[in-house]
Amino acid sequence: MSGQKLRLATAWLGGCSGCHMSFLDLDERLVELAEVAELVYSPIADVKEFPEAVDITLVEGAVANVDHLELAQQIRERSRIVASFGDCAVTGNVTSLRNRIPVPDLLNQVYQGGPGAIPRQSPDDPIMPALLPTVLPLHQVIEVDAFVPGCPPDPDRIWAAVRALIFGEAAPHDPHLRTFG
Amino acid sequence: MSTILLTIDDRKVHGESGETILSVARQHGIPIPTLCQLQGASTFGGCRLCLVEVEGIAHPVSACNTPIKAGQRVTTQSPALRADRQMVLELLFAERNHYCAVCVQNGDCELQSAAAQAGMDHVRCPYLSPSLPVDASHAQYVLDHNRCILCMRCVRVCAEVEGAHTWQMAGRGIEARLVADNGVPWGESTTCTSCGKCVHLCPTGALYRKGASVAEMQKKRGFLLRILEGRELGRTGEEPTDDFLVPTVEIRS
Repeated sequence: MSGQKLRLATAWLGGCSGCHMSFLDLDERLVELAEVAELVYSPIADVKEFPEAVDITLVEGAVANVDHLELAQQIRERSRIVASFGDCAVTGNVTSLRNRIPVPDLLNQVYQGGPGAIPRQSPDDPIMPALLPTVLPLHQVIEVDAFVPGCPPDPDRIWAAVRALIFGEAAPHDPHLRTFG
Repeated sequence: MSTILLTIDDRKVHGESGETILSVARQHGIPIPTLCQLQGASTFGGCRLCLVEVEGIAHPVSACNTPIKAGQRVTTQSPALRADRQMVLELLFAERNHYCAVCVQNGDCELQSAAAQAGMDHVRCPYLSPSLPVDASHAQYVLDHNRCILCMRCVRVCAEVEGAHTWQMAGRGIEARLVADNGVPWGESTTCTSCGKCVHLCPTGALYRKGASVAEMQKKRGFLLRILEGRELGRTGEEPTDDFLVPTVEIRS
């Protein structure tokens, strides 16, 4: 690294942000991390555009809409290592529970049939990103280099993955660090 | 019965004629992963997780239903077998809807655990996300087809131990579905005794106690051998110990 800090990013696609909450639960280990890595993009950093030349990106969430798709592709182009971070990125998980329901039926049931006012709706309205026909795990959209399962992955599991990715330590082959759910 | 000598993972082991590779391996402390196998019930050989290599046979064979032979050389761990087992598990996860995070069985699931043990950290094939029903018509238990891996444990234990023959498998291949009394809602079954054996021996959250929420279902798997051993003792006229008198299935309220 020759004195220069590693460029770390975290991204949030179709997920509940629980993986990021668990990431913050690294607690004092975040200080250790900050000594070697600079957070260049993240939901917890005020950066609008995904930057160039990122070393490692942790991606939380499944690919559920066209915005996720675009960001995922950008992440892949601009990152050396991409890791699926948590069950939604790895399997689709809860975000993909809607996969058995056709998108128009889903939107009708939630927004037309549900309580409250019907939201404004136009196919040309770019404010709401269009949903993909099915929610996809990240590796079905872009090439993924590492997988960190868990809902959310607990801080020890995240730390083992971060140490492997950032400090080059061998990833522990412990089944307890690998379970879904 | 005659004693047979063979080699498993370069270890010289022995078994009786008629025994399977799986049984002999377990007696010698050699682990082979399984899912459909159920001690105390007949062999099914459907899950393919127990695949092993036998010298002289071009393809891997299932250890649970391959009889041992004199001089056989068996390998239980190899890169090819690890890849096969991972693929078997990935196909199981892709075929139905297994959402560990929101499953009653999270943390106590044989499928979840087998995947972690096998080193499966993602599923390479596309998820089929089938639209499958949940049968909650029974007063105490629920059948969720989304989590069924067609292991036949429930069918076997219901027929062979309880003697009720409530469960059958209908349809073929990917269309196969567990059905009660040839296709009535479970709650309308006239043969089901509500004994709970199928529920507690189901390896996943496909059969569970009504009212259990996420990660709340803990299965009691030890009872089957306990009651079967009790029967054996009964036949020989010995007094069963207290251990055999405990209720076969404990239902948490």
